[in-house]
Amino acid sequence: MSDNSENGGAAYWKANVTLIAVSLVIWFVVSYGFGILLVEPLNAIEFGGFKLGFWFAQQGAIYVFLILIAVYAIRMNALDRKHGVDEQ
Amino acid sequence: MDLQTLTYIVVGLSFVLYIGIAIWSKASSTGEFYVAGKGVPPLANGMATAADWMSAASFISMAGLIAFLGYGGSVYLMGWTGGYVLLAMLLAPYLRKYGKFTVPEFIGDRYYSRTARLVAVVCLIFISFTYVAGQMRGVGIVFSRFLEVELLTGLIIGMGIVFIYAVLGGMKGITYTQVAQYCVLILAYTVPAVFIAMQLTGSPIPQVAFGSTVGGSDTFLLDKLDQIVQDLGFTQYTAAYPEGGKSMIDMFCITLALMVGTAGLPHVIVRFFTVPRVRDARASAGWALLFIALLYTVAPAVGSMARYNLTTTVQTGEIGSPDGNLLYAERPDWMERWEATGLLSFEDKNGDGRIQYYNDNNPAFQEQASEWGWQGNELSVDRDIMVLANPEIAGLPNWVIALVAAGGIAAALSTAAGLLLVISSGISHDLLKGAVTPGISEKSELMAGRIAVAVAILIAGYLGYNPPGFVAQVVAFAFGLAASSLFPVILMGIFSKKINREGAIAGMLTGLAFTMGYIILYKGVFIEPVIDNVPENWLFGISPEGIGAVGMVLNFIVATLISKITAAPPDHIQHMVEDIRTPRVTTAAE
Repeated sequence: MSDNSENGGAAYWKANVTLIAVSLVIWFVVSYGFGILLVEPLNAIEFGGFKLGFWFAQQGAIYVFLILIAVYAIRMNALDRKHGVDEQ
Repeated sequence: MDLQTLTYIVVGLSFVLYIGIAIWSKASSTGEFYVAGKGVPPLANGMATAADWMSAASFISMAGLIAFLGYGGSVYLMGWTGGYVLLAMLLAPYLRKYGKFTVPEFIGDRYYSRTARLVAVVCLIFISFTYVAGQMRGVGIVFSRFLEVELLTGLIIGMGIVFIYAVLGGMKGITYTQVAQYCVLILAYTVPAVFIAMQLTGSPIPQVAFGSTVGGSDTFLLDKLDQIVQDLGFTQYTAAYPEGGKSMIDMFCITLALMVGTAGLPHVIVRFFTVPRVRDARASAGWALLFIALLYTVAPAVGSMARYNLTTTVQTGEIGSPDGNLLYAERPDWMERWEATGLLSFEDKNGDGRIQYYNDNNPAFQEQASEWGWQGNELSVDRDIMVLANPEIAGLPNWVIALVAAGGIAAALSTAAGLLLVISSGISHDLLKGAVTPGISEKSELMAGRIAVAVAILIAGYLGYNPPGFVAQVVAFAFGLAASSLFPVILMGIFSKKINREGAIAGMLTGLAFTMGYIILYKGVFIEPVIDNVPENWLFGISPEGIGAVGMVLNFIVATLISKITAAPPDHIQHMVEDIRTPRVTTAAE
């Protein structure tokens, strides 16, 4: 996260691990949280013809997984370049 | 043209395509044979991964499983997609940077131990063989069902096709065939789903349709489905944790074991060895999940719509009124056709000539039903029919039915081929070159790889024809073992520099022994079950399907503890870990 270029390795790895940690918290919340642990309270909320908890378990979690990977891949490409470790 | 001829033509054309691709992409080095020369573009690899991943069971059985489980079926939807997030962030990019050929090779190098590599190969072969036996069985069933040939004939044709392109093309041939197979299978899955969605709700997008209102009324499909199945004595379709269904802790653990197991399956991991760069490994995990999600988000829509169609076809009028049920003599053509296959059967228990389809295992409801003169459920339905009969239920032309046959075969063949290749590379690269004859030349190793594929096909075919009693249990087995043995040691090998040889071996063995022991105890693989497989007997209420999650945790704990009390990994290993964490190592001059 700093312009610590001579020690790019450690700073790069720290930034990567932070990004992964944030992503996996979201990964956990939408599937295990909304889809399993909180499914009953969320099912009280309806949007369109879906109960919200049911929708997360059968649709929403999968869409969020996709967004997480896309964002991670894009952010990491930028991070690779910033720390000068990108592939040519 | 009649259906039979059309099916032969469509399936035949798909075979010509696969074999053509195999000849075009013949492998000429071990690099091409094991990892397609690391030259597969990320999008193509994503497609190949999706075909590799989605088996005959995903294609044929999953929607039906969800149709009968309702909310409980969510474990498969989340469990078999969420693992790609773990792959993209925790494993794929670093293993690609490591840059060799197999998963056991990584474990052997990182833990500087031939023993660790051997333990990993044994896990890999066991996981892959149990899995591939089910696929070969799937190939045989699809052939015999659609082409009306004997199971054995179907199996031999399927083995022959896989033989040609796996032996000739290795990973390169398999990859490009899988790209074609993906296109066939996704088309075959979504076309009938779109038509059914349109007929039922007016919306052509299945993912939207099952949240829409049923044609003409202002009632939502899922609300109506909940109501009608409940009125017939079943549990509500969308209700969470119903009496007799999966408990919360079990849903949690099964989902976790499936996700982590996905990320630990060798035939999935190795797909990320085939792309040119680290950044391509990340991108291709995203593409793979996109292509998988196309099927996995349609499947629950198909499941709910099929359950709705089936129920309302049989229950034509008010529940309990004497003429509220379909007359057997007036049943639609598709029911008649599928009765012939045994997937659907009717027994007129009360002799009224009408079909009663309801939950007779619900004592309170059965009491009510008896008053109406219902003497038990009269219709039994195999879950596979929910996908197989879809085109007919929707009244689609014969070419769509032929396409579904080709799609089912594509799904089974692509998964079988991917599994056979990791088995062969485990044998020729990890066992032969890694342990038995390290001096083997590249040419001999390539030949050994080809022979290993051929032998693996024969064994898989045999297991598919004579399934040992445990084939039905393999899903729990393969995923549980991958989750509890391989995934934790690969993850720790990348994210910790402290985990050493002793810790990794002890961790793998603990995870393996615990998970395998638990599954054998309740499900009786190889032996009779020792304990009844019912929730009251389970450890913390976790079923054998979900126990891999606990095995994984034990693996992490044991590996960490043992590594703390034994010597740290040597310096060159710590450097290796630093190296695989960075896509391109910066030079000192920078």
